[in-house]
Amino acid sequence: MSRVGWIRLLVVGGFILAIELLCRTGMISPRVLIAPSDMAIRLYRLLLSGQANADIIETLGNVAISLVLSVSGGFAIGAAIHALPRLRRAIDPFLASYYALPFFAFYPLFIVMFGLGRGAVVAIGFLFGVVAMIIATLNGFDRIPRVLVRTAEVYHMGPVAAALRIKLPSAVPYLFTGVKLAIAYCFIGVIAAEFIMASSGLGYAIAYAFNNFDNGKMYALMFFIIVLVTIVNALFYTYERRLMRRWGR
Amino acid sequence: MNSAALQPAQSAHEPSKDVHAEMRGVTRVYGGDGKTGGVQALAATDLRLRRGEFYSVIGPSGCGKSTLLDVLAGLSRPTTGEVLFEGKSIDGRVPEGTGVVFQEDASFPWLTVADNIAFGLRRAGIDAAEIQRRLDYALKLMGLADFAKSYPSQLSGGMRQRVCIARTLVMQPRIILLDEPFGALDAQTRLIMGDELLKVWRETGATVVLITHALDEAAMLSDRIGIMSARPGKIIEEIKTQWPRDRDSRIAANPAFGEITARLWSVLRDESLKAIHQGNKSSAGLA
Repeated sequence: MSRVGWIRLLVVGGFILAIELLCRTGMISPRVLIAPSDMAIRLYRLLLSGQANADIIETLGNVAISLVLSVSGGFAIGAAIHALPRLRRAIDPFLASYYALPFFAFYPLFIVMFGLGRGAVVAIGFLFGVVAMIIATLNGFDRIPRVLVRTAEVYHMGPVAAALRIKLPSAVPYLFTGVKLAIAYCFIGVIAAEFIMASSGLGYAIAYAFNNFDNGKMYALMFFIIVLVTIVNALFYTYERRLMRRWGR
Repeated sequence: MNSAALQPAQSAHEPSKDVHAEMRGVTRVYGGDGKTGGVQALAATDLRLRRGEFYSVIGPSGCGKSTLLDVLAGLSRPTTGEVLFEGKSIDGRVPEGTGVVFQEDASFPWLTVADNIAFGLRRAGIDAAEIQRRLDYALKLMGLADFAKSYPSQLSGGMRQRVCIARTLVMQPRIILLDEPFGALDAQTRLIMGDELLKVWRETGATVVLITHALDEAAMLSDRIGIMSARPGKIIEEIKTQWPRDRDSRIAANPAFGEITARLWSVLRDESLKAIHQGNKSSAGLA
């Protein structure tokens, strides 16, 4: 590991250790925060008991569905908008200001539209993720070397073939940025939606534990989400790095 | 592997007299409404390419050389006039049988050298055995056999341009259009690539059109050289070289090489000066 890597590890390790000490010495009350080691132990027991399995599977499923929809839908919409410059100019401000809109505030509307449960949760995850992917697709398509677009013409490729066979791989470094954002946004959207409009899933389980003063379970689940998101991101970053190195980007 | 692997069906080994591609009074205006305004890149240009010849177009920078190639390739529509390939009018679409090599690196960084070269063949739905046959031949011809599994990022600029040429020639084009393909390469690599291009031209029997700004390249490689005027460009003079078909860059030692280069420059010098003065008058230059 590089020197910087060690420093980074030291910062994270030091932070966790500090929290651990503050909790163990009673400076932070266990009613506020439990020690990180305690979180890990409780999570281990929780996973072993299988109590949370259904919620974990449900949330992972929701994230996976909204992520696939966001990424594929965002790419398709982005590619279509890119092919229509006038439409793009017209809707550019909406895309740019999209995340400034606290559309989560309209959650009652989503409940009316999709009902309580998975539909609404996935819809919110999708709405959070899709625009990041649209913006990344537009950004990536803008940077495709013109010579590659002309090469597609030489090979008589139609708009769809050119988008999938030339533009998509050419824009991959930018699309990866979109996917990374979409992963984050889908997790946020899904878990937040589960807090308030679901009766199962990790978000619901955390809210339920919170309402029942079950700090142990609540923190164990939070800890689980952090670990899960870290693993998903790390896998994706590794894949991205390997691919980019091979392509010499 | 026989050398006939990449020969187009109707090709002739010797340059014959019949017209392969033709531009008739082609003009190209960028911007404006087509009648007024805009920048005229091509003045009424006539060009007749004989089947199987090596034709170079040389001209001052910004004279519309690339525009000429775009229109000839069907990548860009002429504003007025007509472009014919094998007797048929091309209407802003790249006709079947046309291969194009660009100045910029057009290799696909996400594909290996072999996959890059086979790209067009796979799209055309050619069977695997035939693809492999043409691929092996092209890899060997372009000196890429040891790099079949490499990615373009692992190759030099010259090697990448070979990949692009190989990718074009496996399609067995009857005409190959090259837009300053060696412009980004160093002088020695350019000479070697010129020899490679001559080899491809001889082996495939295709008609070759080379856009270049290098006098020596045009003089060394071509059967005929068209000299373009300053913008709006048109071909103002054509020079025949009389080189034998079997030739390479060593022809530079031939006294005729110096004569041809000198003749090219005597016409081109005035046009280049005009182009520079144009540049002083307006900064709206065309690449």
